[in-house]
Amino acid sequence: MEAKARVDFDNTDTIYHTKPGGGGSILDIERFCLWYGRAQALFNNTLNIERGLVTALIGPSGCGKSTLLRSLNRMNDLIAGLSISGTIVFEGKNIYDPDVDVIGLRKRMGMVFQKPNPFPMSIADNVTYPLKVDHVTDRRVLEDTLERALKGAALWDEVKDRLKDSALGLSGGQQQRLCIARAIAADPDFLLMDEPCSALDPLATTKIEDLINELKGRYTIIIVTHNMQQAARVSDNTAFLYLGRLIEYGETNAIFTRPRLRQTEDYITGRFG
Amino acid sequence: MTSAPSKRIVTGADLSSRGEPYLWSMGGALALGLLMIFGFLALVAWNGFATFYPKPVEVLRLKDGSMVAGEPTRSEMYRLPKNELDSLDQKARKAVQEDKGFGRRTLYRTGNFDLYNEDFVWVSDFKVMERSEPKTILFIERMEWGPFIGLLQALTVKGEKLAAGSFTLDRLEEEHRKAVERRKRVKDIERDEMGALNYELDRARLALRRIALEKGKESPEYRAEERRQDARAAPLQTRYGLLQKEAESIKREDGLYSVVLRDIRGTEKTLALSQLVRFYPANDLTLRGKFKIYASRWIEFLTAEPREANTEGGVLPAIFGTFVMTVLLAVAVAPFGIMAALYLREYAKQGRLVSLVRICVNNLAGVPSIVYGVFGLGFFAYILGGTIDQLFFPERLPNPTFGSGGLLWASLTLAMLTVPVVIVSTEEALAAVPQSMREGSLACGASKWQTIKNIVLPKAMPGIMTGLILAMARGAGEVAPLMLVGVVKIAPSLPLDDLFPFLHLERSFMHLGFHIYDVGFQSRNSEAGKPMVFVTTLLLIGLVAVMNATAIYIRNRLKRKYYVGHF
Repeated sequence: MEAKARVDFDNTDTIYHTKPGGGGSILDIERFCLWYGRAQALFNNTLNIERGLVTALIGPSGCGKSTLLRSLNRMNDLIAGLSISGTIVFEGKNIYDPDVDVIGLRKRMGMVFQKPNPFPMSIADNVTYPLKVDHVTDRRVLEDTLERALKGAALWDEVKDRLKDSALGLSGGQQQRLCIARAIAADPDFLLMDEPCSALDPLATTKIEDLINELKGRYTIIIVTHNMQQAARVSDNTAFLYLGRLIEYGETNAIFTRPRLRQTEDYITGRFG
Repeated sequence: MTSAPSKRIVTGADLSSRGEPYLWSMGGALALGLLMIFGFLALVAWNGFATFYPKPVEVLRLKDGSMVAGEPTRSEMYRLPKNELDSLDQKARKAVQEDKGFGRRTLYRTGNFDLYNEDFVWVSDFKVMERSEPKTILFIERMEWGPFIGLLQALTVKGEKLAAGSFTLDRLEEEHRKAVERRKRVKDIERDEMGALNYELDRARLALRRIALEKGKESPEYRAEERRQDARAAPLQTRYGLLQKEAESIKREDGLYSVVLRDIRGTEKTLALSQLVRFYPANDLTLRGKFKIYASRWIEFLTAEPREANTEGGVLPAIFGTFVMTVLLAVAVAPFGIMAALYLREYAKQGRLVSLVRICVNNLAGVPSIVYGVFGLGFFAYILGGTIDQLFFPERLPNPTFGSGGLLWASLTLAMLTVPVVIVSTEEALAAVPQSMREGSLACGASKWQTIKNIVLPKAMPGIMTGLILAMARGAGEVAPLMLVGVVKIAPSLPLDDLFPFLHLERSFMHLGFHIYDVGFQSRNSEAGKPMVFVTTLLLIGLVAVMNATAIYIRNRLKRKYYVGHF
């Protein structure tokens, strides 16, 4: 039984065996720590995100995977009493430097949330919202973007005849794909997905997963998920977090078939978490 | 469902574990509340709608030989004092004694205040010898002295006297219509046309005074202005004289038309025909005739100015004042309250200080409204208005312009009074916008303000509008603070007219709420004012309902508009 090493949580070295993406690393996270008030949520996370690949963040509830994801486009800034240390380097620049344009950063990282959150507007307005906040008024640009983004999110055929209807009239799965269309409308580099299928039925989930496979390569996708099978199906690399620490970060196949750590194996086989 | 006792069903030890013991009292409380509201509305509606319906006039011959004619208003039982009981004859005394010393009496509206010095008289039933409803008796509403109840004696047309019987009531009505037109023409000339001239002259005088104050009386500007005004004054004076002459000639002609009336006791009274408002044979009306009177009274009430210390005539100035004030209140309170709430909810760092501010705002909603009135008078009218007068209207001093109560200060005072309502409801509406919406917008690269403008405000708009509607409803019905900051019993002119600058924010105005109080409790004859209280209350409720319905309609339109937009 005692074949694998046990993890000593106070002094852990993360095990790395990631698959390189060919495009090199796009995001370098270096000894990143985060505190909510006095409670520390992330401990010394160090990992690289490979350009053009799908990276899954897994781990039990409260392990900090969503926090890590939201740190990447600085959505955590909204929370009062937040403090961080360490660096997240994107294009040679730490995104937590004081002179960073946060709004510009967010425009390069489309985000999809756990629950579909379409705005109370028409379908068309939802998709072109990122352009409109940039004061793009050219009808042709708007219409081209609308079509491209909706086709990219595999929603075009379903809604092309009712673009001016309210987005709130769509089904849950359609709403989530609309949110993906909105996230890719401004042509970002990243697509951050925070448990995008947890509120959807299995059929809608399949569609979203197919979509992720299609979008792979064009965008660097980072997905937080509770669903092991989903992580195994869609991702290239998987990072396992536990209690705010990065335990193991490696090629998805390897993580799910031959995890190097006992801790990881216990989690993915459902023995805890 | 019948339930036989079963061993398997284990019931709890007390009632609360088995059923809903307070369901009845909870439902009962709701029902009682609703009953009171609907009962109140029904009372107001019944009294309000019934007031203007023409009643019959009874003529009584009393046992002491005197005559009384009047509309029976209400009757009641009362205990007879001993000396009155002793003065009765045998039969009547016995009847009273059988009723344990109580007798019935009826209140009659006799009118003819100029003859009797009273409008109403109580008549005990046992004093009445004979009761009749003669068809010839007329109920006449006059411009002054309240109604006249009596008989038609003669009509003078162009100085020629026609005895009663030699003409029909239709003829009288036709002559009356012409006389009313003359009266209205005189009023137009004297009030509107001459009033406009006076206004212009007054403005010229003030302009001159202003130059005198700024440059001195010896300055060339003053002389130039004086010369200019002298040149303009002459034609104005001529026009004034012409108008005066026209009014006088109409009045002279009007003097040739009059009616001679006789009350039930035989006293004669001659009245100019134009002094009559309306008349009708109270006991000789068809149903259609009654409804015509009813409608004409309502029309007068809604479109005319008050007469007779507000107990007669219409309430148009009060309707208008209430409406304009409420609109100004909404215009003032909306941006103020919404922006304060936005800062408090979206921008301010949530902590102890913000909680404290929030508690204070909530408590402000509970401050007695008269306190706001005192604040409005002391700060807005005296300090702010006084400063404005010194800076911008020095030529009018010592007469205050903005330095006393007026429409602007009343609206601002009520805006202060209602701003907590708007802040609290706006905050609630903002808090109800899901955080995921804000995050979605921010993740799209929108700035905080773009997020608020495009996502948060539209989503919260119905809730914000609800708060505004509540504020308007509260403001429209508030009376106490207004008595200090600009509401008056009778306003000489409306706050909105055709003279520059059209909306006169400094003018005092009439208000339906204050009108109710004034008519009911401050007038010469509260008995005559009582029905008007209900009519005016009905109108106030109606006005607030209409304004709220409009606001709700706008809110629902907004909801739809923001729900589905397009680029």
